[in-house]
Amino acid sequence: MSRVLLVEDDPFVREGVQLGLRRRGHDVRAAGTGEDGLAALAEFRPDLLLLDLMLPGMTGVQVCRRIREHSQLPIIMLTARGDDFDVVIGLEAGADDYIVKPARPEVIDARIRAVLRRMDDGSTGRPAIEVYGDLTIDRVGLTASKAGRPLTLAPSELRLLLHLSAAPEQVFSRQQLLENVWEHTFHADGRLVDACVARLRGKIEDEVGNPRYVQTLRGFGYRFGPL
Amino acid sequence: MITVPRPGRPRGGGNERADGAGPAAPTRKRSRVRAFGLRTRLLAAFLLVAAVSAGTTSALTYREARNALLQTAQDTAVSTFRDQVERTGWGLPLQEEGLEEILRDLARTGKPRPWVVFAEYGSIRASSGENPVSSVITPQLRRAATADRYGSFQRVVKDGVPYLTIGMPTVFKTGPDSVLPSGLVLYAVMRMTDEQVNVDALLIAARNGALPGLAVALVPALLAARSVLRPVRELRRAARSMGSGRLDTRIPVRGRDELADLADTFNESAGQLERSVGELREAEARARRFASDVSHELRTPLAGMLAVTEVLDEDADRLDADTAQAVRLVSTETGKLAVLVEDLMEISRFDARAAELNSDEIDVAEAIRKTLQARHWADDDRIRTELPAGIRARLDPRRFDVVIANLVGNALRHGGAPVSVLLRTEASSSGTLVLVVEVADRGPGIPAAALPHIFDRFYKADAARTRSPGSGLGLAITLENVHLHGGTIRAGNLPGGGAVFTVEIPLRAEEAGR
Repeated sequence: MSRVLLVEDDPFVREGVQLGLRRRGHDVRAAGTGEDGLAALAEFRPDLLLLDLMLPGMTGVQVCRRIREHSQLPIIMLTARGDDFDVVIGLEAGADDYIVKPARPEVIDARIRAVLRRMDDGSTGRPAIEVYGDLTIDRVGLTASKAGRPLTLAPSELRLLLHLSAAPEQVFSRQQLLENVWEHTFHADGRLVDACVARLRGKIEDEVGNPRYVQTLRGFGYRFGPL
Repeated sequence: MITVPRPGRPRGGGNERADGAGPAAPTRKRSRVRAFGLRTRLLAAFLLVAAVSAGTTSALTYREARNALLQTAQDTAVSTFRDQVERTGWGLPLQEEGLEEILRDLARTGKPRPWVVFAEYGSIRASSGENPVSSVITPQLRRAATADRYGSFQRVVKDGVPYLTIGMPTVFKTGPDSVLPSGLVLYAVMRMTDEQVNVDALLIAARNGALPGLAVALVPALLAARSVLRPVRELRRAARSMGSGRLDTRIPVRGRDELADLADTFNESAGQLERSVGELREAEARARRFASDVSHELRTPLAGMLAVTEVLDEDADRLDADTAQAVRLVSTETGKLAVLVEDLMEISRFDARAAELNSDEIDVAEAIRKTLQARHWADDDRIRTELPAGIRARLDPRRFDVVIANLVGNALRHGGAPVSVLLRTEASSSGTLVLVVEVADRGPGIPAAALPHIFDRFYKADAARTRSPGSGLGLAITLENVHLHGGTIRAGNLPGGGAVFTVEIPLRAEEAGR
């Protein structure tokens, strides 16, 4: 159904997750180290990367940063450390979501599907290409560029941008964004949204400290514009 | 060093706190000591000693000087008078005429000052002054004058004026050692105003000498009080500082007196306290780290196990009955173990104070509804909800979800249907608005003996039920989550039976999200 690359150092977990996901119809390839995982990327061409945070040698955060330099491959962090600090570090490195171990294949599968879901919201009845200031968003081609220069956005960043810009000046609470962008039906935490907004701002804003496109409304949430 | 004993305070170990100085000293005792403070007592003691010593010295000096002064004057007067009386040739029997003249002569040569001379001989009374008889001469002197051939004297104060009165009998010499009184007694009365002036000056001098002494004694008294009180103040400050948790507080030790000993003892005790508290904290931190490490270590194998239990579950139907049962048991227990480890992780985060609040302003009714939906309780006819719309609060959605899910789950497991979830806001006793969530069931209620322990970790109300579907940490985690929101949670029983848990969280509109 989808091609998933799993980078996990513990053989038991690797086997187990591989087994569970395979039964749910995914084509899973597993790697034991971050280096092996990076090497398998070019050859396997996965749709999504499941990345353990604690790896021998290169850590998951380093692997994530390396991939984000040139690729928009969806990445889900698989972490045994659910502490706020670790989660935020992983998210800031460019992951689209995180799963705290231990997790049932059911949950992992749901998250994979959510991240991979086609980004089709707002594409009907609107021009394919929208221009906001320096920012150009292509809803059909699913790309964004700033002042003619294409932006390398992670899937969650792009989906967040598409979702916010589909309804300019409308305020979305973190909870709404979690549900609409990440498709989390239960109460996950707003750190996911905050980390993603921070990364998106880093790519599209002129001044990160004084955002123009993605604005914060204290106590309510985020909105796109007004410019 | 003057020590002032403190009544009603047993002498304890060396680290006994200064009276009324410690933060824990009851105010009743403090106010009593304050009314008659250490400084006042020290000053009073110093002044008393100074007053007694200065007073005694002055009094003795004054008495001696006065006596010496008066003695000299008296002696001179008496011996002069005696000589004059002896030298004067008295023709006996005495004629009244001419007597006054002789007496005037005598009076003129008075020493050290002129005096008035009286003569008494039988019925004859003569005087060098205006009155024939002096009112100053006492009967006592008269008696003494006739009895003593060498004469007598007496100091008399009349109308505030001091007089020296001398009585001198004249005698006939009848042999080498025997004499016969002639009957003529002469009296001299001399004013002693000059002497009195001198004596008064002496008194003033003595008083003036004592008063500066007292004033000067104030200075060392103040110094001593300061030197005693400063360490006491330092001790109080140090004790207060220790009380507020700064266990590394020490007092500088000055000199080698008792107060330095006290400071030394205090420092030693503080050091010991710091060491034992440090050891305790370390042990506690080790225990926490251990719990956290164990949980972390358990997670990895659990991650693998949990990943394959689904496979086992799905295929169990195709296995023979015994194997299928075994497979389902393993699968169920793995699930429980995963929950337990998650809860342990959460508890160790609370213990390490690493739990953070990620607040958002949310619609509370909506949040509760979603919690019930996510647990597949939304369409459960055992659950009744009363969730008025429009109540918004700043909450951490994830933690609030845990609170509601734990309470409802708990009510479903241990209580009886129907479980009711009520949401409302009300004004608390302090006037602030609070969010109130009540989760009640219609079960047997919580036994009275279990009520105080219901939020304890791994507490099981029914000792016979050793295994329950929960981890035993659910209510402890709920409590921590509510506290993290600055709220309270109460457990109780409804009058009609059934348990009720009431969560109250203040509705603060403080700092907004990022």
